[in-house]
Amino acid sequence: MGKKTPLYDCHLIAKAKMVDFAGWDMPLNYGSQVEEHHKVRQDAGVFDVSHMTIVDFHGKDVAMLLRKLLANNIDRLVPGKALYTCMLNEQGGVIDDLIVYKMSDEFYRLIVNSATRDKDIAWMQKQASGFTIEMTERTDLAMLAIQGPRVRDKLANVLNSDDLQAVLALKVFHAVQLNHLFAARTGYTGEDGFEVILPAKDAAAFWHALLKADIHPCGLGARDTLRLEAGLNLYGADMDESVTPLVSNLAWTVAFEPAERDFIGRVALLKQKHEGIAECLVGLVLMGPGVLRNHQKVIIDGLGIGEITSGSFSPTLNKGIALARVPAGIGQRCRVEIRGKEVEAQVIKLPFVLSGKKNNIVTA
Amino acid sequence: MNNSIPKKLKYSRTHEWVRQDDDVLTIGITDHAQTMLGDLVYVELPEPESNVETGHECAVVESVKAAADVYSPVSGEVIEINEALLESPQLINEDPYGKGWLFRVKPFESEIAEDVAKLLTADQYTKQVASEAH
Repeated sequence: MGKKTPLYDCHLIAKAKMVDFAGWDMPLNYGSQVEEHHKVRQDAGVFDVSHMTIVDFHGKDVAMLLRKLLANNIDRLVPGKALYTCMLNEQGGVIDDLIVYKMSDEFYRLIVNSATRDKDIAWMQKQASGFTIEMTERTDLAMLAIQGPRVRDKLANVLNSDDLQAVLALKVFHAVQLNHLFAARTGYTGEDGFEVILPAKDAAAFWHALLKADIHPCGLGARDTLRLEAGLNLYGADMDESVTPLVSNLAWTVAFEPAERDFIGRVALLKQKHEGIAECLVGLVLMGPGVLRNHQKVIIDGLGIGEITSGSFSPTLNKGIALARVPAGIGQRCRVEIRGKEVEAQVIKLPFVLSGKKNNIVTA
Repeated sequence: MNNSIPKKLKYSRTHEWVRQDDDVLTIGITDHAQTMLGDLVYVELPEPESNVETGHECAVVESVKAAADVYSPVSGEVIEINEALLESPQLINEDPYGKGWLFRVKPFESEIAEDVAKLLTADQYTKQVASEAH
Protein backbone atom coordinates (compact mmCIF):
# COMPACT_ATOMS: atom_id res chain seq x y z
CA MET A 1 0.00 0.00 0.00
CA GLY A 2 1.34 3.35 -1.02
CA LYS A 3 0.78 6.83 0.31
CA LYS A 4 -2.64 8.29 -0.41
CA THR A 5 -3.48 11.84 -1.38
CA PRO A 6 -6.55 13.50 0.21
CA LEU A 7 -8.37 12.66 -3.06
CA TYR A 8 -7.71 8.91 -3.01
CA ASP A 9 -11.36 8.00 -2.38
CA CYS A 10 -12.47 10.44 -5.07
CA HIS A 11 -10.30 8.59 -7.58
CA LEU A 12 -11.86 5.26 -6.67
CA ILE A 13 -15.33 6.74 -7.02
CA ALA A 14 -14.34 8.06 -10.47
CA LYS A 15 -13.22 4.50 -11.38
CA ALA A 16 -9.54 5.35 -11.72
CA LYS A 17 -6.99 2.74 -12.60
CA MET A 18 -4.57 3.27 -9.72
CA VAL A 19 -0.82 2.75 -10.02
CA ASP A 20 2.22 3.28 -7.87
CA PHE A 21 4.05 6.53 -8.58
CA ALA A 22 7.08 7.27 -6.40
CA GLY A 23 5.44 5.48 -3.49
CA TRP A 24 2.03 7.10 -3.98
CA ASP A 25 -1.18 5.40 -5.11
CA MET A 26 -2.09 7.63 -8.03
CA PRO A 27 -4.66 7.55 -10.85
CA LEU A 28 -3.15 6.48 -14.18
CA ASN A 29 -6.40 7.08 -16.03
CA TYR A 30 -10.15 7.00 -15.48
CA GLY A 31 -10.82 4.80 -18.52
CA SER A 32 -8.96 6.26 -21.48
CA GLN A 33 -5.83 8.36 -21.19
CA VAL A 34 -6.17 9.43 -24.83
CA GLU A 35 -9.67 10.80 -24.21
CA GLU A 36 -8.40 12.62 -21.12
CA HIS A 37 -5.58 14.08 -23.20
CA HIS A 38 -8.03 15.44 -25.78
CA LYS A 39 -10.26 16.86 -23.03
CA VAL A 40 -7.38 19.00 -21.77
CA ARG A 41 -6.42 20.16 -25.28
CA GLN A 42 -10.00 20.99 -26.28
CA ASP A 43 -12.02 21.42 -23.10
CA ALA A 44 -11.04 21.20 -19.42
CA GLY A 45 -9.45 18.61 -17.15
CA VAL A 46 -8.36 18.30 -13.54
CA PHE A 47 -5.36 16.41 -12.19
CA ASP A 48 -4.66 15.48 -8.59
CA VAL A 49 -1.06 16.52 -8.08
CA SER A 50 -1.13 16.40 -4.30
CA HIS A 51 1.77 13.96 -4.35
CA MET A 52 4.05 16.86 -5.25
CA THR A 53 6.06 18.37 -2.44
CA ILE A 54 5.20 21.88 -1.26
CA VAL A 55 7.86 23.56 0.84
CA ASP A 56 7.35 27.01 2.36
CA PHE A 57 10.36 29.14 3.25
CA HIS A 58 9.88 31.97 5.74
CA GLY A 59 12.42 34.29 7.29
CA LYS A 60 14.64 37.27 6.70
CA ASP A 61 17.38 35.29 4.92
CA VAL A 62 15.11 33.44 2.50
CA ALA A 63 16.02 35.49 -0.57
CA MET A 64 19.70 35.17 0.26
CA LEU A 65 19.39 31.39 0.53
CA LEU A 66 17.41 31.02 -2.71
CA ARG A 67 19.91 33.15 -4.63
CA LYS A 68 22.45 30.48 -3.77
CA LEU A 69 20.20 27.43 -4.02
CA LEU A 70 18.53 28.06 -7.41
CA ALA A 71 20.02 28.46 -10.89
CA ASN A 72 17.39 30.98 -11.92
CA ASN A 73 17.36 34.35 -10.20
CA ILE A 74 14.56 35.01 -7.72
CA ASP A 75 15.41 38.71 -7.82
CA ARG A 76 13.39 38.73 -11.05
CA LEU A 77 10.28 38.12 -8.93
CA VAL A 78 7.81 40.52 -7.42
CA PRO A 79 5.30 39.25 -4.82
CA GLY A 80 2.74 37.03 -6.55
CA LYS A 81 5.07 35.99 -9.37
CA ALA A 82 6.51 32.52 -10.06
CA LEU A 83 9.68 31.23 -11.69
CA TYR A 84 10.69 27.87 -13.14
CA THR A 85 14.20 26.86 -12.16
CA CYS A 86 16.61 24.00 -11.59
CA MET A 87 18.31 23.24 -8.29
CA LEU A 88 21.86 22.12 -9.10
CA ASN A 89 24.69 20.33 -7.36
CA GLU A 90 28.26 21.68 -7.42
CA GLN A 91 28.92 19.83 -10.70
CA GLY A 92 25.97 21.57 -12.36
CA GLY A 93 23.92 18.35 -12.35
CA VAL A 94 20.18 18.78 -11.89
CA ILE A 95 19.04 17.72 -8.40
CA ASP A 96 15.49 18.71 -9.32
CA ASP A 97 13.44 21.19 -11.30
CA LEU A 98 10.86 23.24 -9.44
CA ILE A 99 8.61 26.26 -9.39
CA VAL A 100 9.28 28.99 -6.85
CA TYR A 101 6.54 31.47 -5.95
CA LYS A 102 7.43 34.72 -4.24
CA MET A 103 4.62 35.56 -1.83
CA SER A 104 6.46 38.35 0.03
CA ASP A 105 10.04 39.44 0.72
CA GLU A 106 10.24 36.91 3.54
CA PHE A 107 7.97 34.14 2.22
CA TYR A 108 8.65 31.96 -0.82
CA ARG A 109 6.87 28.72 -1.75
CA LEU A 110 8.71 25.97 -3.64
CA ILE A 111 7.03 23.04 -5.38
CA VAL A 112 9.35 20.14 -6.07
CA ASN A 113 8.86 16.64 -7.48
CA SER A 114 7.56 13.82 -5.32
CA ALA A 115 10.04 11.23 -6.59
CA THR A 116 12.92 13.45 -5.44
CA ARG A 117 11.33 14.64 -2.19
CA ASP A 118 13.78 13.05 0.25
CA LYS A 119 16.98 14.18 -1.42
CA ASP A 120 15.55 17.64 -2.17
CA ILE A 121 14.62 18.24 1.46
CA ALA A 122 17.98 16.94 2.66
CA TRP A 123 19.85 19.16 0.19
CA MET A 124 17.82 22.24 1.05
CA GLN A 125 18.30 21.67 4.77
CA LYS A 126 22.02 21.25 4.30
CA GLN A 127 22.34 24.43 2.25
CA ALA A 128 20.12 26.36 4.67
CA SER A 129 22.41 25.88 7.64
CA GLY A 130 23.59 29.26 8.87
CA PHE A 131 20.66 31.13 7.30
CA THR A 132 17.85 32.56 9.41
CA ILE A 133 14.96 30.77 7.75
CA GLU A 134 12.18 28.39 8.61
CA MET A 135 11.44 25.60 6.15
CA THR A 136 8.07 23.85 6.34
CA GLU A 137 6.89 20.96 4.23
CA ARG A 138 3.15 21.47 3.70
CA THR A 139 1.78 17.94 3.96
CA ASP A 140 -1.45 19.52 5.21
CA LEU A 141 -2.25 20.80 1.71
CA ALA A 142 -3.67 19.27 -1.45
CA MET A 143 -2.88 20.43 -4.96
CA LEU A 144 -4.95 20.27 -8.14
CA ALA A 145 -4.00 21.23 -11.69
CA ILE A 146 -7.01 22.50 -13.65
CA GLN A 147 -6.05 22.77 -17.30
CA GLY A 148 -7.58 23.40 -20.69
CA PRO A 149 -9.01 26.15 -22.92
CA ARG A 150 -12.45 26.09 -21.27
CA VAL A 151 -11.27 26.13 -17.65
CA ARG A 152 -11.82 29.88 -17.28
CA ASP A 153 -15.47 29.58 -18.31
CA LYS A 154 -16.16 26.55 -16.18
CA LEU A 155 -14.63 27.95 -12.99
CA ALA A 156 -17.57 30.36 -12.81
CA ASN A 157 -19.58 27.41 -11.49
CA VAL A 158 -16.96 26.51 -8.89
CA LEU A 159 -15.63 29.68 -7.26
CA ASN A 160 -17.49 32.48 -5.52
CA SER A 161 -17.47 35.74 -7.44
CA ASP A 162 -14.65 37.42 -5.49
CA ASP A 163 -12.36 34.41 -5.83
CA LEU A 164 -13.29 33.97 -9.47
CA GLN A 165 -12.43 37.57 -10.24
CA ALA A 166 -9.04 37.26 -8.52
CA VAL A 167 -8.22 33.97 -10.23
CA LEU A 168 -9.26 35.08 -13.72
CA ALA A 169 -7.23 38.27 -13.31
CA LEU A 170 -3.99 36.29 -12.82
CA LYS A 171 -1.39 36.73 -15.53
CA VAL A 172 0.64 33.75 -16.71
CA PHE A 173 3.04 32.56 -13.98
CA HIS A 174 1.36 34.70 -11.33
CA ALA A 175 -0.19 33.45 -8.10
CA VAL A 176 -2.54 34.72 -5.42
CA GLN A 177 -3.40 33.56 -1.89
CA LEU A 178 -7.15 33.81 -1.28
CA ASN A 179 -9.01 32.97 1.91
CA HIS A 180 -9.36 29.27 1.29
CA LEU A 181 -7.11 28.59 -1.62
CA PHE A 182 -3.87 29.49 -3.30
CA ALA A 183 -4.18 29.78 -7.08
CA ALA A 184 -1.47 30.10 -9.71
CA ARG A 185 -1.72 30.41 -13.48
CA THR A 186 0.78 27.62 -14.08
CA GLY A 187 0.67 24.05 -15.31
CA TYR A 188 2.38 21.19 -17.07
CA THR A 189 0.22 20.66 -20.15
CA GLY A 190 0.91 23.49 -22.59
CA GLU A 191 -2.66 24.74 -22.10
CA ASP A 192 -4.00 27.67 -20.16
CA GLY A 193 -5.10 26.82 -16.65
CA PHE A 194 -4.41 27.00 -12.96
CA GLU A 195 -2.79 25.09 -10.19
CA VAL A 196 -4.72 25.34 -6.95
CA ILE A 197 -3.47 24.55 -3.47
CA LEU A 198 -5.93 24.16 -0.60
CA PRO A 199 -6.26 22.50 2.82
CA ALA A 200 -6.42 18.70 2.50
CA LYS A 201 -9.77 18.64 4.31
CA ASP A 202 -11.35 20.87 1.64
CA ALA A 203 -9.94 18.97 -1.32
CA ALA A 204 -12.68 16.40 -1.88
CA ALA A 205 -15.48 18.98 -1.89
CA PHE A 206 -13.53 21.16 -4.32
CA TRP A 207 -12.83 18.14 -6.56
CA HIS A 208 -16.52 17.25 -6.69
CA ALA A 209 -17.42 20.85 -7.52
CA LEU A 210 -14.94 20.77 -10.43
CA LEU A 211 -16.41 17.52 -11.76
CA LYS A 212 -19.89 18.93 -11.41
CA ALA A 213 -18.77 21.90 -13.50
CA ASP A 214 -17.95 19.42 -16.27
CA ILE A 215 -14.20 19.51 -15.73
CA HIS A 216 -12.96 15.99 -16.46
CA PRO A 217 -10.75 13.95 -14.13
CA CYS A 218 -7.42 13.18 -15.82
CA GLY A 219 -4.68 10.81 -14.71
CA LEU A 220 -0.91 10.65 -14.80
CA GLY A 221 -1.02 8.97 -18.23
CA ALA A 222 -2.53 12.02 -19.91
CA ARG A 223 -0.34 14.30 -17.80
CA ASP A 224 2.71 12.66 -19.36
CA THR A 225 1.60 12.88 -23.03
CA LEU A 226 0.42 16.46 -22.51
CA ARG A 227 3.70 17.64 -21.02
CA LEU A 228 5.65 15.81 -23.72
CA GLU A 229 3.66 17.48 -26.51
CA ALA A 230 4.27 20.78 -24.72
CA GLY A 231 8.03 20.05 -24.81
CA LEU A 232 8.32 20.14 -21.02
CA ASN A 233 11.02 18.02 -19.41
CA LEU A 234 10.29 15.26 -16.93
CA TYR A 235 12.76 14.99 -14.10
CA GLY A 236 14.40 11.56 -13.94
CA ALA A 237 13.82 10.94 -17.66
CA ASP A 238 15.00 14.04 -19.53
CA MET A 239 17.41 15.30 -16.91
CA ASP A 240 18.96 14.17 -13.65
CA GLU A 241 22.13 14.74 -11.64
CA SER A 242 24.34 13.42 -14.46
CA VAL A 243 23.46 16.28 -16.85
CA THR A 244 23.29 20.07 -16.66
CA PRO A 245 20.48 22.41 -17.72
CA LEU A 246 22.69 23.50 -20.64
CA VAL A 247 22.33 20.10 -22.33
CA SER A 248 18.67 19.74 -21.29
CA ASN A 249 17.07 22.57 -23.27
CA LEU A 250 16.97 24.56 -20.02
CA ALA A 251 19.73 27.12 -20.59
CA TRP A 252 16.98 29.76 -20.56
CA THR A 253 16.33 28.97 -16.89
CA VAL A 254 19.90 29.68 -15.81
CA ALA A 255 20.60 33.29 -14.82
CA PHE A 256 24.33 33.94 -15.20
CA GLU A 257 23.72 37.65 -14.67
CA PRO A 258 24.39 39.34 -12.35
CA ALA A 259 27.87 37.82 -12.34
CA GLU A 260 28.26 38.27 -8.58
CA ARG A 261 25.36 35.90 -7.79
CA ASP A 262 27.25 32.74 -6.88
CA PHE A 263 24.58 30.05 -7.18
CA ILE A 264 25.48 26.40 -6.64
CA GLY A 265 26.67 24.90 -9.94
CA ARG A 266 27.58 28.22 -11.52
CA VAL A 267 31.29 27.48 -11.81
CA ALA A 268 30.65 24.08 -13.40
CA LEU A 269 28.16 25.52 -15.91
CA LEU A 270 30.53 28.33 -16.93
CA LYS A 271 33.27 25.75 -17.46
CA GLN A 272 30.95 23.62 -19.59
CA LYS A 273 29.93 26.67 -21.61
CA HIS A 274 33.54 27.64 -22.12
CA GLU A 275 34.53 24.16 -23.26
CA GLY A 276 31.57 23.98 -25.65
CA ILE A 277 28.16 22.37 -25.34
CA ALA A 278 28.49 18.96 -26.97
CA GLU A 279 24.89 17.76 -26.62
CA CYS A 280 21.38 19.11 -26.73
CA LEU A 281 17.85 17.97 -26.03
CA VAL A 282 15.59 18.12 -29.10
CA GLY A 283 12.12 17.06 -30.17
CA LEU A 284 11.66 14.15 -32.59
CA VAL A 285 8.59 13.26 -34.64
CA LEU A 286 8.43 9.82 -36.19
CA MET A 287 7.76 10.19 -39.92
CA GLY A 288 5.95 6.87 -40.34
CA PRO A 289 3.53 5.07 -38.02
CA GLY A 290 4.67 3.82 -34.63
CA VAL A 291 5.58 4.91 -31.14
CA LEU A 292 8.87 6.25 -29.80
CA ARG A 293 10.08 4.92 -26.44
CA ASN A 294 12.57 5.91 -23.77
CA HIS A 295 16.16 4.75 -24.39
CA GLN A 296 15.78 4.04 -28.10
CA LYS A 297 18.94 4.81 -30.04
CA VAL A 298 19.02 7.88 -32.30
CA ILE A 299 21.36 7.78 -35.30
CA ILE A 300 22.55 11.00 -36.94
CA ASP A 301 24.63 10.44 -40.06
CA GLY A 302 28.12 11.90 -39.80
CA LEU A 303 27.52 13.13 -36.25
CA GLY A 304 27.08 10.12 -34.03
CA ILE A 305 24.36 8.69 -31.85
CA GLY A 306 21.94 9.96 -29.27
CA GLU A 307 19.21 8.54 -27.08
CA ILE A 308 15.52 9.13 -26.55
CA THR A 309 14.94 10.36 -23.00
CA SER A 310 11.11 10.50 -23.19
CA GLY A 311 9.24 8.76 -25.97
CA SER A 312 5.53 8.25 -26.43
CA PHE A 313 2.65 8.71 -28.80
CA SER A 314 1.12 12.13 -29.39
CA PRO A 315 -2.67 11.94 -29.41
CA THR A 316 -2.83 15.44 -30.93
CA LEU A 317 -0.43 14.76 -33.82
CA ASN A 318 -1.33 11.07 -34.06
CA LYS A 319 2.39 10.32 -34.33
CA GLY A 320 5.23 8.98 -32.25
CA ILE A 321 7.09 11.84 -30.56
CA ALA A 322 10.05 12.09 -28.22
CA LEU A 323 12.60 14.21 -26.48
CA ALA A 324 16.10 12.98 -27.27
CA ARG A 325 19.58 13.92 -26.15
CA VAL A 326 21.73 14.13 -29.28
CA PRO A 327 25.08 15.57 -30.40
CA ALA A 328 24.96 19.34 -30.89
CA GLY A 329 24.64 20.40 -34.52
CA ILE A 330 21.97 17.86 -35.42
CA GLY A 331 20.11 18.78 -38.61
CA GLN A 332 16.47 18.21 -39.43
CA ARG A 333 16.53 14.47 -39.93
CA CYS A 334 17.71 11.44 -38.01
CA ARG A 335 16.86 7.78 -37.62
CA VAL A 336 15.61 5.92 -34.58
CA GLU A 337 16.22 2.24 -33.98
CA ILE A 338 12.97 0.46 -33.16
CA ARG A 339 13.07 -3.31 -32.64
CA GLY A 340 16.24 -3.60 -34.73
CA LYS A 341 14.93 -1.48 -37.60
CA GLU A 342 16.01 2.09 -38.35
CA VAL A 343 13.13 4.46 -39.06
CA GLU A 344 13.13 8.10 -40.16
CA ALA A 345 12.37 10.90 -37.73
CA GLN A 346 12.15 14.66 -38.07
CA VAL A 347 13.97 16.94 -35.63
CA ILE A 348 11.73 19.82 -34.56
CA LYS A 349 11.92 22.97 -32.54
CA LEU A 350 9.92 22.44 -29.35
CA PRO A 351 7.12 22.39 -28.41
CA PHE A 352 5.19 19.87 -30.53
CA VAL A 353 1.87 21.43 -29.54
CA LEU A 354 1.21 24.92 -28.23
CA SER A 355 -2.19 25.97 -26.85
CA GLY A 356 -3.95 23.24 -28.77
CA LYS A 357 -2.16 23.99 -32.07
CA LYS A 358 0.31 21.77 -33.87
CA ASN A 359 3.65 23.49 -33.97
CA ASN A 360 6.49 23.17 -36.48
CA ILE A 361 5.34 19.83 -37.76
CA VAL A 362 5.99 18.95 -41.38
CA THR A 363 3.69 16.13 -42.38
CA ALA A 364 5.78 14.99 -45.33
CA MET B 1 -11.71 -5.69 -12.99
CA ASN B 2 -14.57 -7.48 -14.67
CA ASN B 3 -13.08 -8.59 -17.98
CA SER B 4 -15.05 -10.64 -20.39
CA ILE B 5 -13.75 -14.09 -21.31
CA PRO B 6 -16.15 -15.71 -23.83
CA LYS B 7 -16.75 -19.41 -23.21
CA LYS B 8 -16.60 -20.44 -26.85
CA LEU B 9 -13.03 -19.22 -27.43
CA LYS B 10 -9.70 -20.83 -26.60
CA TYR B 11 -6.86 -18.92 -24.97
CA SER B 12 -3.08 -18.89 -24.68
CA ARG B 13 -1.14 -18.25 -21.48
CA THR B 14 0.23 -15.11 -23.15
CA HIS B 15 -3.26 -13.54 -23.45
CA GLU B 16 -4.16 -14.31 -27.07
CA TRP B 17 -7.57 -15.74 -27.98
CA VAL B 18 -8.30 -18.23 -30.77
CA ARG B 19 -11.57 -18.87 -32.58
CA GLN B 20 -11.92 -21.89 -34.84
CA ASP B 21 -14.19 -21.72 -37.90
CA ASP B 22 -13.76 -24.96 -39.86
CA ASP B 23 -10.11 -25.02 -40.88
CA VAL B 24 -9.38 -21.33 -40.19
CA LEU B 25 -8.26 -19.90 -36.85
CA THR B 26 -8.82 -16.22 -35.97
CA ILE B 27 -6.48 -14.73 -33.39
CA GLY B 28 -6.63 -11.62 -31.24
CA ILE B 29 -5.66 -10.36 -27.79
CA THR B 30 -7.99 -10.75 -24.83
CA ASP B 31 -10.06 -8.11 -23.10
CA HIS B 32 -7.78 -8.53 -20.09
CA ALA B 33 -4.70 -7.84 -22.27
CA GLN B 34 -6.17 -4.70 -23.84
CA THR B 35 -7.26 -3.43 -20.41
CA MET B 36 -3.75 -3.88 -19.05
CA LEU B 37 -2.21 -2.09 -22.03
CA GLY B 38 -4.65 0.83 -22.16
CA ASP B 39 -5.32 2.90 -25.30
CA LEU B 40 -3.78 1.11 -28.29
CA VAL B 41 -2.22 3.42 -30.85
CA TYR B 42 -0.16 1.18 -33.15
CA VAL B 43 -0.05 -2.42 -34.36
CA GLU B 44 2.39 -4.40 -36.47
CA LEU B 45 0.79 -7.46 -38.03
CA PRO B 46 2.41 -10.45 -39.71
CA GLU B 47 2.80 -10.43 -43.51
CA PRO B 48 -0.05 -12.15 -45.32
CA GLU B 49 1.09 -15.55 -46.66
CA SER B 50 3.93 -15.67 -44.15
CA ASN B 51 4.20 -18.54 -41.71
CA VAL B 52 3.79 -18.13 -37.98
CA GLU B 53 5.05 -20.56 -35.38
CA THR B 54 3.54 -21.58 -32.07
CA GLY B 55 4.93 -19.50 -29.22
CA HIS B 56 6.91 -17.15 -31.49
CA GLU B 57 6.47 -13.38 -31.75
CA CYS B 58 4.37 -12.57 -34.79
CA ALA B 59 2.86 -9.15 -34.10
CA VAL B 60 3.33 -6.10 -31.88
CA VAL B 61 0.60 -4.07 -30.22
CA GLU B 62 1.55 -0.71 -28.74
CA SER B 63 -0.42 1.44 -26.36
CA VAL B 64 0.56 4.93 -25.28
CA LYS B 65 2.07 3.24 -22.24
CA ALA B 66 3.86 0.16 -23.58
CA ALA B 67 4.70 -2.14 -26.46
CA ALA B 68 3.70 -5.81 -26.20
CA ASP B 69 4.64 -8.76 -28.38
CA VAL B 70 1.89 -11.03 -29.64
CA TYR B 71 2.81 -14.72 -29.74
CA SER B 72 1.16 -16.99 -32.23
CA PRO B 73 -0.87 -19.62 -30.38
CA VAL B 74 -0.63 -21.97 -33.39
CA SER B 75 1.62 -22.78 -36.34
CA GLY B 76 0.37 -22.11 -39.81
CA GLU B 77 0.08 -19.74 -42.74
CA VAL B 78 -1.32 -16.23 -42.31
CA ILE B 79 -4.21 -15.99 -44.76
CA GLU B 80 -5.65 -12.63 -43.71
CA ILE B 81 -4.76 -9.70 -41.49
CA ASN B 82 -7.10 -7.10 -40.01
CA GLU B 83 -6.06 -4.08 -42.06
CA ALA B 84 -8.62 -1.87 -40.31
CA LEU B 85 -6.32 -1.95 -37.25
CA LEU B 86 -3.53 -0.16 -39.11
CA GLU B 87 -5.71 2.96 -39.25
CA SER B 88 -7.78 2.29 -36.11
CA PRO B 89 -5.85 0.32 -33.49
CA GLN B 90 -8.40 1.42 -30.87
CA LEU B 91 -10.76 -1.22 -32.32
CA ILE B 92 -8.82 -3.64 -30.11
CA ASN B 93 -9.89 -1.65 -27.04
CA GLU B 94 -13.45 -1.23 -28.22
CA ASP B 95 -14.13 -4.78 -29.42
CA PRO B 96 -11.26 -7.15 -28.60
CA TYR B 97 -13.13 -10.32 -29.61
CA GLY B 98 -14.85 -8.83 -32.67
CA LYS B 99 -13.61 -5.92 -34.80
CA GLY B 100 -10.31 -6.00 -32.93
CA TRP B 101 -9.16 -9.39 -34.29
CA LEU B 102 -5.52 -9.42 -35.46
CA PHE B 103 -5.00 -12.11 -38.10
CA ARG B 104 -6.28 -15.42 -39.50
CA VAL B 105 -4.24 -18.56 -39.85
CA LYS B 106 -4.64 -21.74 -41.80
CA PRO B 107 -2.94 -24.14 -39.43
CA PHE B 108 -0.45 -26.80 -40.53
CA GLU B 109 -2.38 -30.06 -40.36
CA SER B 110 0.53 -31.90 -38.82
CA GLU B 111 0.61 -29.56 -35.82
CA ILE B 112 -2.95 -28.42 -35.31
CA ALA B 113 -4.04 -31.18 -32.95
CA GLU B 114 -1.07 -30.62 -30.67
CA ASP B 115 -1.42 -26.80 -30.79
CA VAL B 116 -5.11 -26.77 -29.96
CA ALA B 117 -4.61 -29.28 -27.15
CA LYS B 118 -2.21 -26.82 -25.49
CA LEU B 119 -4.70 -23.94 -25.51
CA LEU B 120 -6.66 -23.03 -22.40
CA THR B 121 -10.42 -23.19 -22.02
CA ALA B 122 -12.26 -20.06 -20.88
CA ASP B 123 -12.39 -21.47 -17.33
CA GLN B 124 -8.67 -22.21 -17.28
CA TYR B 125 -7.85 -18.76 -18.65
CA THR B 126 -10.15 -17.10 -16.10
CA LYS B 127 -8.18 -18.85 -13.34
CA GLN B 128 -4.88 -17.77 -14.83
CA VAL B 129 -5.96 -14.11 -14.98
CA ALA B 130 -7.18 -14.32 -11.39
CA SER B 131 -3.89 -15.82 -10.21
CA GLU B 132 -1.87 -13.09 -11.98
CA ALA B 133 -3.83 -10.46 -10.11
CA HIS B 134 -2.43 -11.69 -6.78
